[in-house]
Amino acid sequence: MSILVFAEHDNSALKAETLKTVAAAQAIGGDITLLVAGHNCQSVADAAAKVNGVSKVLVADNAAYEHQLAENVSLLVTELASDYEHILATALTTGKNFMPRVAALLDVTQISDIIAVESADTFVRPIYAGNAIATVQSLDSKKVITVRTTGFDAVTTDGSAEVIVLDSVTDAGTSSHVSDELTVSERPELGAASVIISGGRGMQNGDNFKLLDGIADKLGAAIGASRAAVDAGFVPNDMQVGQTGKIVAPDLYIAVGISGAIQHLAGMKDSKVIVAINKDPEAPIFQVADYGIVADLFDALPELESKL
Amino acid sequence: MKVLVPIKRVIDYNVKVRVKPDNSNVDLANTKMAINPFCEIAIEEAVRLKEAGIATEVIAVSIGDKSCQEQLRTALALGADRAIQIETSESLDSLNIAKLLHKIVEEVQPQLVILGKQAIDSDNNQTGQMLGALTGMPQGTFASMVKVEGDKVNVTREVDGGLQTVALSLPAIVTTDLRLNEPRYASLPNIMKAKRKPLDVKPAADFGIDLAPRTKLLKVTPPATRQAGIIVESIDELVEKLKNEAKVIS
Repeated sequence: MSILVFAEHDNSALKAETLKTVAAAQAIGGDITLLVAGHNCQSVADAAAKVNGVSKVLVADNAAYEHQLAENVSLLVTELASDYEHILATALTTGKNFMPRVAALLDVTQISDIIAVESADTFVRPIYAGNAIATVQSLDSKKVITVRTTGFDAVTTDGSAEVIVLDSVTDAGTSSHVSDELTVSERPELGAASVIISGGRGMQNGDNFKLLDGIADKLGAAIGASRAAVDAGFVPNDMQVGQTGKIVAPDLYIAVGISGAIQHLAGMKDSKVIVAINKDPEAPIFQVADYGIVADLFDALPELESKL
Repeated sequence: MKVLVPIKRVIDYNVKVRVKPDNSNVDLANTKMAINPFCEIAIEEAVRLKEAGIATEVIAVSIGDKSCQEQLRTALALGADRAIQIETSESLDSLNIAKLLHKIVEEVQPQLVILGKQAIDSDNNQTGQMLGALTGMPQGTFASMVKVEGDKVNVTREVDGGLQTVALSLPAIVTTDLRLNEPRYASLPNIMKAKRKPLDVKPAADFGIDLAPRTKLLKVTPPATRQAGIIVESIDELVEKLKNEAKVIS
């Protein structure tokens, strides 16, 4: 069997999540090819060639793929698809965006957000915000799959795959990139952080999120937020952890002023250790927390920072 | 221009779902149902486009048995002009849903199709993109802002690193994210008026599409439950536990 894995990247670095998607491909079993589609992305191709378990790296380097527009990338992947039984992408916003187009163009359905592989055609995925776990068999000849990275451990990067440069260009010509407004942060990304500290509605305003900074600095943590905090405009959308935001599973997750709605729990309940700081002893977050402290966060946060 | 809004009837987002004891599926008997929250945002956006004089007609469509007429009536009460029910008692895979919607797109010829980015039951996040591929339309998924300008629509999208804006040629697909708008409540007079708005019922079988399942649900189990831990009395105790018991900080 042959498996094509779409590499997540920003044209300069390969995202760590791709290493987990390759692990999912290994669990399916077969010859694994990584596809790097981007522009001026040689450094990504170099990094991709070192990913263990990958035998080939295909590089499509063209302006049409610079922003990985779904219209163009889906045509490219569909064109390559005839050589593969499985096509995998990471369930991040890029993969979620273009992969269903690939599935439809191939006349197959997609299996989204798998967290485990039972066999080459049977996969496990959460439904209903993770309140139920479905085992689904694909009846299609080709499997188009997105992988939730919290279910798989990253492969190592000491391999050496053959790099093949593709020269065909697929430009649908129906969409163009206008602008990006990306959050610049020195902190680790939510998806890659081993410690995350998140604030909720209890933070009261965006300024108070600064109270999390010192703790995040000391722990090397990423900072996240609940939907309530994002909807209230305290912090930008890319910080949202939850069913429809980012799904994370760090070693340590500290929830501050977050009540614990099921939609938030869906995004973080696979964390190894959960700490909850909330002044309401009845908050549902305490039902999933390993360590809870009933306290006013405005007292607790400065004290925690000073004692780390 | 016409705006088509496909909507889905799902479990109310406040209700916690239970798995059936035989692990065949979740138990939805006597459960409160509602419009999928993202679909509600899609209706609101379409209605606002009409109020702004950009859209001329808003058409809501849903696929399901008679019960989804309830959600279509809600869409009409929120401001949609007419509704179409594609009648089927089967639970269809996203691809088959997209194929049926493709037929409706061919018939209605909308300039914009606005859908929710995902349904909160299956959590698939597929239908809008699949419809985009089948119709050849470009897509702006996970939208937090939609601006129609001439024969293009600019869509600001919520992506992993922040926001991305793309320009799409019309006709185009938009899928909604949470921050696109805050849906209104249907007023009583509008709920009464909605009862008289047109709602066409078309049997799914009449579309001549092979709707055979593409997936087989083998089993559904409850998630592994987390044991509630302990309440610590002080920050000192918390730090001590994290260092020496959980060993997640040093």
